[in-house]
Amino acid sequence: MSSIAPAKATGGKGKRHRLDKPELLAPAGSLEKLKIAVHYGADAVYIGGRKYGLRSNADNFSFEEMREGVEFAQKYGAKVFVATNIYAHQEDLGGIEEYLRRLEEVGISAIIAADPIIVETAMRVAPKLEVHLSTQQSTMNWQAVRYWKEEGLPRVVLAREASMEEIREMKERVDIELEVFIHGAMCSSVSGRCVLSNHFTDRDSNRGGCCQSCRWKYDLHEDGVSVMEEGDSLFTMGSKDLCMIKHVPDLIEAGVDSFKIEGRMKSIHYVASVVNAYRQAIDSYMNDPDAYELKTSWVDEIGKAANRPLNTGFFYSTPGAEEHIYEAEEKPAPYDFAAVVLDYDEESGMAIVQQRSPFRPGMEVEFFGPGGRSFTMTLGPLTDENGGELDAARHPLQTIKLRVEHPVERLDLMRKRIM
Amino acid sequence: MNAMRTELLAAAGSIGQMERYIEAGATAVLIGEPRFAMRLPGAIPQEAIADAIAKAHRAGAKAYVSMNKLFRNHELPALPGYLKLLAEAEADAVVFGDPAVLLNVREHAPGLPLHWNAEMTGTNSATAGYWGRRGATRAVLARELNEEEIADLKSKTTMQVQVQAHGMTNIYFSQRNLLQSYMDHLGKEARIVEQGPNDGRYLVEAERPEEKLPIYEDENGTHVMSADDIALLEVLPELLRAQVDSLYIETLLKPEAYNEAVIRLYRQAMEAWERDPDGYECDEEWLDALHAQQPEGRELGFGFLYKEQVY
Repeated sequence: MSSIAPAKATGGKGKRHRLDKPELLAPAGSLEKLKIAVHYGADAVYIGGRKYGLRSNADNFSFEEMREGVEFAQKYGAKVFVATNIYAHQEDLGGIEEYLRRLEEVGISAIIAADPIIVETAMRVAPKLEVHLSTQQSTMNWQAVRYWKEEGLPRVVLAREASMEEIREMKERVDIELEVFIHGAMCSSVSGRCVLSNHFTDRDSNRGGCCQSCRWKYDLHEDGVSVMEEGDSLFTMGSKDLCMIKHVPDLIEAGVDSFKIEGRMKSIHYVASVVNAYRQAIDSYMNDPDAYELKTSWVDEIGKAANRPLNTGFFYSTPGAEEHIYEAEEKPAPYDFAAVVLDYDEESGMAIVQQRSPFRPGMEVEFFGPGGRSFTMTLGPLTDENGGELDAARHPLQTIKLRVEHPVERLDLMRKRIM
Repeated sequence: MNAMRTELLAAAGSIGQMERYIEAGATAVLIGEPRFAMRLPGAIPQEAIADAIAKAHRAGAKAYVSMNKLFRNHELPALPGYLKLLAEAEADAVVFGDPAVLLNVREHAPGLPLHWNAEMTGTNSATAGYWGRRGATRAVLARELNEEEIADLKSKTTMQVQVQAHGMTNIYFSQRNLLQSYMDHLGKEARIVEQGPNDGRYLVEAERPEEKLPIYEDENGTHVMSADDIALLEVLPELLRAQVDSLYIETLLKPEAYNEAVIRLYRQAMEAWERDPDGYECDEEWLDALHAQQPEGRELGFGFLYKEQVY
C-alpha cells in the first residue's frame, strides 16, 4: 500500500488550462429523457433500473429499455450509467450478482454505487462495468478519495459539501476521476445521513423511499416556547437548488472530470434546457479559455425551466440564511413544455410536432434546439394529421402540423410562456 | 466485577461521567472530542484522553474512542498524532466511518482495533464483512433495522455486532448551520446560537404536534435527534438470544443521573439473563423505574425493532 503522506505539491502558479474536456453527465428518468439528454449534448446519462436505485418513484428502466438507451447513446458516442446506490439490507443481498451481470450484458458503461458490498461485487462479477462511488458515501476528503482509488475505483462522486479549494486539493493529490454535482436539487443533510422519512413515514430513505421531509416546515421551540413571532416564517432544512452555470471555468480549472446534473424525476424540458446551457458553456471555455465569456442566454435558458431559487451550495462558502427556502416554496417554471418536433419540411416550412401540453393559435411560443438555437414566434393555424383545422391542440401526444418562421430539427422542443 | 458475556457500552462526556457510568455497570465506555467525533455527550480533550483510557481500564472497563466524523482536508493532519496517542494509551478500539481513519490506522497505529460505524448506513452483513476484511472487528448497526434483520445479520457475520438498546438516535445530520441560518433569517437581533449538545431546542412538525425533535448545532454542523427514546429493556432477550455482542446506551442530551439509573437497570437485566436465560423474566419494577424517570414528552419505544419499512 502506498503511503498517505502528501504525494506531491503541484503548487498553484499561473492558470492551468486542462486539455481534457470534462464530461457532462445528465439524468434520464425514462428512455425519452435519455434520448433528449444525449441529443442536447450530454456525454453520458445516468438512469435507474428496477432494483437497487434511490428513486423508487421514477419510471425506472427495464433491461430491454436499457439496451435501447445504450444503442441510442452509442450513436452519439455517449455512455449510459446505472445508479445502484441504495444501502442494502439483508433482504436485498440475494440477486445483486445477477443484476450486475445483466447490466454489463446490456452494455451499461458504469454503475454508481454507495454500498461497498455492491462496489466489491460489481468488480468481481462484472469486470467490464466501471464502478463509480456514489455521493451517498459522502466522500469529502482526499484521503478517503485515495482509499477508493486504492480499492480500484476509477471515479468518485464527491459529497456535495466539498468546496472548490478542497476539490482542487483532492485532484492534485490523487489521480482519479472526480465527479461533482453542478446543478439541481440537493439534500441539505450529508447524503445518506438522513432518516427523517424512516421516522415520520416508515419509508426507507436510503433505499429510495425519501419523502423529502427536509422540505417540510417546522416550529422551532426554545425551552418549551416557539421562537416565532407574528409574521415570522417557520424553520426548514430545505435548500435552494444548486446552479453553477456562472462558474464553469472554476470547475474545469479545479480539475472536475464530470459535471453532474441532478434530476431523474425532472421533465424532458428541464433536462434539455439545463444540458443545453452547460454544453455551450463547457464547449465555449474549452474552445478558447481566454476569450470565454458567460452568456446571459445560458443563464436565461436555465431560468426558463427552474422551479426553485438557485445557489452555489458549498463551493465557495458554507450555505447560510440566503441559501434556504423559508418562504413560499416552489414557483412554477416560467415556461411550459408544449411540443416536441418530429419532422420538418424545408420547402413548405411546415413542422410536425407532438403535443405535450395544450396550445392554440395566437399563442407566443419558443422553439429551441441543441447548441442554443432558438426563436420565438406567434402560432398560426394548426392542423391535425389529416389536414383538419384545429382551434387548439388539446390532446396529449396528438400529432399537429404547423408553420414555423425558421427552420427546426427533429427533437427540437417548443415551449410556451406561462407567466 | 463479574465478567459478562455481552458488553454494556455507554457514551461518556467527561472523566467523571465515565467513572460514574462504569460504577453503575457499564463494561465499556465511548469517549472522545468533537474534533474527531460526532454527537458525544461531552468532550474529553486530547490532553486528557490517555488518562481517561487508563482510568477506565483501572475500573475494569474497556475504552473506545470515537472518530466517527466525516473529515475535511484540513482536518486530516491531526489524525496521525491522535491515533499514535490512542495506540500508546492502549485504547481498546477506535470507532470510524470515514475510510481516511482506516488508512491512518494502517500507517500510523497498526494493531489498534477498529469498530466500523457508518451510522444509518450500517445495514447488512455483507458490507460489515467488507469492512471486516479491511480490519474492522466490530460492526455498529444502524438503528433503523428490525429484529429479524439484526438476527439475520449477526448470524451471517463473524464480527462483533453492536446494537443500540437505549436512548435517542440521530435522524438527520447536516454540515450546514441551520439554526444560525434560521435566526439570521428571522433577524433576531443578530443572535448567536450556542454550540454543542443542549436540550433546550426542539422542532415540531405541524401534523405531529406530540413529537419533539431535539436539534442542536456544534462545530460539526446541525444534528436533529429522534422524538422518542429507544428502550429495549423489556425485550432484551431478543437481542441476547441473537448473540448481539454489545448493547449501547446513548447518553446524549440526558442528565447524568438518568443515564446512571438506566445503565443500572440494563446491567441488572443482563446479569439476570446470563445467570438463567431460560428462567429469565423482565421484572415489572425495572420497567416502572425506567418509566418513572423518563423526561416528560419523550416516549419510550422499541425503535425500529418491530417495524416493516417500505421504499
